[in-house]
Amino acid sequence: MSKSKSDETVTAFPDHDVIVPRKNLKSFAQKVSADESEFDWEAIERAEAALNELSPEFDGWMVSECDRLEAARKLLTAGGLSKGTTQVLFRAAHDIKGEGATFGFPLAARIADSLCRLVFHTPKPAALPLDLIDSHVAAIRAVVRENVRGDDDPIACEVADHLRALTDSFLRDQHRDDPEWLAEYGTPSIVPE
Amino acid sequence: MYRIEFNRLRFLVIDDNAHMRRIVRTLLHGYGAREVYEAEDGAAGLEAFTSYTPDIVITDWAMPIFDGLELTSMIRQPGANANPYVPIIMLTGHSEKRRVIEARDSGVTEFLCKPISARALYQRILNVVVNPRPFIKTKTFFGPDRRRNVNPNYVGPERRKGGKAEVIKAQPLLEKLRAPT
Repeated sequence: MSKSKSDETVTAFPDHDVIVPRKNLKSFAQKVSADESEFDWEAIERAEAALNELSPEFDGWMVSECDRLEAARKLLTAGGLSKGTTQVLFRAAHDIKGEGATFGFPLAARIADSLCRLVFHTPKPAALPLDLIDSHVAAIRAVVRENVRGDDDPIACEVADHLRALTDSFLRDQHRDDPEWLAEYGTPSIVPE
Repeated sequence: MYRIEFNRLRFLVIDDNAHMRRIVRTLLHGYGAREVYEAEDGAAGLEAFTSYTPDIVITDWAMPIFDGLELTSMIRQPGANANPYVPIIMLTGHSEKRRVIEARDSGVTEFLCKPISARALYQRILNVVVNPRPFIKTKTFFGPDRRRNVNPNYVGPERRKGGKAEVIKAQPLLEKLRAPT
């Protein structure tokens, strides 16, 4: 049975309600051609051009993200290995993972992904291997310093692969008595590259 | 093709990273948006949501104070604010399947994995504007319908009682095995 309130129509079922809000955003879109799946490429190109205009800022932003990551690493020594200090490191690495490719450094993003995995999946902060964290931080800094653009630089790729292998090996050892973790995260991804 | 009137839409971008906020704002202005508001964490985001009543929220996941998931849950409280139905696009570096499901179950409308691109963000916005989904309310969930379509090939028990999908009968596995291929 459907009931209409002022701003929604509610259809009740035994264990759930289906609610259709009156207000939606359809009035903000105009159909201009029959092919509904086609994108408004002009709008997308305008946005790409705007991002391109912003891109001279990206190198400076990437350097400041590296500074932030190094500061977060230093905090682990100064403040000790706690949930709070490792969270600061995780967020700094996570931001590089998300932004690195946009800023032109996809390999820095890949190494940051490995660092995020290391920090997130290590069961206790006290068990975090500082030397492996340092290697990640140094590698990210080196990719930016050496201006390694793109994702096919052979040396940087080898470093990224090696750090990921070390991370995976460390985590498998940390979770050796946790079959659930090993089943979900301890095997290679089935997602095609 | 649909043309979105970005100049009439009001956006709220919530991200603790100022660089990412600037990138999203740049893309939105590039599409033609005029009203883009920003907040730098979940708490400020909730306040801005109440003050600006945006048409679309774009939020990061990992943020201090409370994160994008908690923010989504707070917005999706029926009766707690002016618009619990607002489309929420989660823009995040998290890409694991478990995370996508967690975001969906908290009431997120669209999920967009970083690195961001002009096309991917446009596609998510187009989807929330042109294809709004009904909301489902159960004892444990309130958010956009997690079923984006009815799968005609689905066989199995119907988990919602009384819905249209209940007419789909589960084909016993034994029958399926016996059926000629």
